[in-house]
Amino acid sequence: MAGLEDLYREIILDHYRSPRNRGELPVPPAHRVEGFNPLCGDEVVLFLDLAPDGTVTDIKISGQGCSISQASTSMMSAAVKGKSVAEVRRLVRAFKALMSIHESKLEGESGDDLAAELDGVRLGDLEALQGVVKFPVRIKCATLAWNTLTQGLDEAGAPAE
Amino acid sequence: MNTLDVAAVRRDFPILAREVRGKRLVYLDSAASAQKPESVLAAMDHVYRTHYANIHRGVYTIAEETTSAYEGARARIARFVNAAEPAEIVWTRNATEAINLVAHTWGRSRLSPGDAVVLSVMEHHANIVPWQMLAAERGIELRWLPVTDDYRLDLSRLAETLDGAKLLAVTAMSNVLGTLNDIPTLVAAARAAGAAVLVDGCQYVPHLPTDVQAWGADFVAFSAHKMLGPSGIGALWARRELLEEMPCFLGGGEMIRDVRLDGFTANDVPWKFEAGTMAIVEAIGAAAACDYLDGLGLDAVRAHEVALTTYARDALASEFGAGITVFGPDEPTERGGAISFLLDGIHAHDVSQFLDEAGVCVRAGHHCAKPLMRRLGVPATSRASFYVYNDTDDVDALVAGLHTVRDFFGS
Repeated sequence: MAGLEDLYREIILDHYRSPRNRGELPVPPAHRVEGFNPLCGDEVVLFLDLAPDGTVTDIKISGQGCSISQASTSMMSAAVKGKSVAEVRRLVRAFKALMSIHESKLEGESGDDLAAELDGVRLGDLEALQGVVKFPVRIKCATLAWNTLTQGLDEAGAPAE
Repeated sequence: MNTLDVAAVRRDFPILAREVRGKRLVYLDSAASAQKPESVLAAMDHVYRTHYANIHRGVYTIAEETTSAYEGARARIARFVNAAEPAEIVWTRNATEAINLVAHTWGRSRLSPGDAVVLSVMEHHANIVPWQMLAAERGIELRWLPVTDDYRLDLSRLAETLDGAKLLAVTAMSNVLGTLNDIPTLVAAARAAGAAVLVDGCQYVPHLPTDVQAWGADFVAFSAHKMLGPSGIGALWARRELLEEMPCFLGGGEMIRDVRLDGFTANDVPWKFEAGTMAIVEAIGAAAACDYLDGLGLDAVRAHEVALTTYARDALASEFGAGITVFGPDEPTERGGAISFLLDGIHAHDVSQFLDEAGVCVRAGHHCAKPLMRRLGVPATSRASFYVYNDTDDVDALVAGLHTVRDFFGS
């Protein structure tokens, strides 16, 4: 049975208590995008400063919600800041792949798709969120920031790849 | 009045033998849906095992037996809420569908652009969205009774808000705050303004003796699954004269008398609102739930909940003091057994997660009442709700769980 220590790892609590990149950016030129988790009231607001080629030159976050959603937002912001759009898109896919693993795959079954997505992608702190998959109801909390980021990039016209 | 023998009641609920993560199941989410006693399960199982058939159509014996049980269940529910006659009970899938039925039939035939419907800020989405849909479709005006800082309906401008309105739609008990609303007073004010009244009885009907005639409203919606009955069945009580005038809701079999190539003739009330094969067995289960509750006595149920809610509020206050916000009226007589709360600095989701580790089930979120959440200034709350099978041990488990989560996240 999954224990809560799988979910609430120290680094997650660290990001929850001291979220990185908190604040706002002037809009325009930054893009503001909001995401909600309708089931539970988690809210993520992102301010994205994008270079013409889509590089995330700056990112600020705000919002309110559970420790998982807010920690994931903070971790996401640290991971994407300064990255090219191609790198960001790859990170998003890798994170979503991480979230879509079922328990059976964690126990050693073939994860070819995952391996392909993760190949060459360094998730760093984000690895800590892997425990979320053992608590399926919370997966939406973890992915909210990433879905909001994707929406923001698309709305801002950033390249798809 | 009987008093509730909770230990005996608990033995009637098979699911309470369940363990979660090695702990006993402490179910504090009856406001979302209630657990089912053996007698309800047995009643439904009995139908399927011995006489199940479709109703109203068959001449054969078991069809007759099931028809009789289904209509008998209608009469039973009618008695449970003191309806004047069984024909004033329309079976629906749930209370949400019951309210939608009124909006689509009474609403569409009676409300014109500019007509006003009065709601309250503490309503569940089921008693908001159907009216918003009607507003978008035909330009009716929605007005709102506000909520005071002490969690009650603000009635200071009631007459003014009702002036010229066609309908007042309001909850008898808030699913978030537990607040009990004074339905007779609201009905009197609505009548004075010439408005009809719809009462959302979802939280009230399972927990207090209900008398729709004494209330004097026009429509009351409630669900069986919150009153120990199965999921998938609810009811609309409405005055017969209104049901006679209302156009049909869903079209199909059973709700007709005659179908020709050029049109149809509707069936009599209430069957004209029950299209297709209904949740036959669930209706019979709902009647068994009425028998179980009346066996306990709703006065005893209410007294038990008042005592437990008082115990819980006292425990939360003394254990957590200023570190917890408890929403809803303090007076136990002005509220039901749903307690929404927030631990300072800890999100409701995380609270629920930790409580789950302790086997304690509470709900976290907006409870389908986002306008109320905005009014309270919070995105979400945790909610513990009590019913016939809860006892002080359950409250103690809740408190212990809250200590654990608070210790983990620190202050």
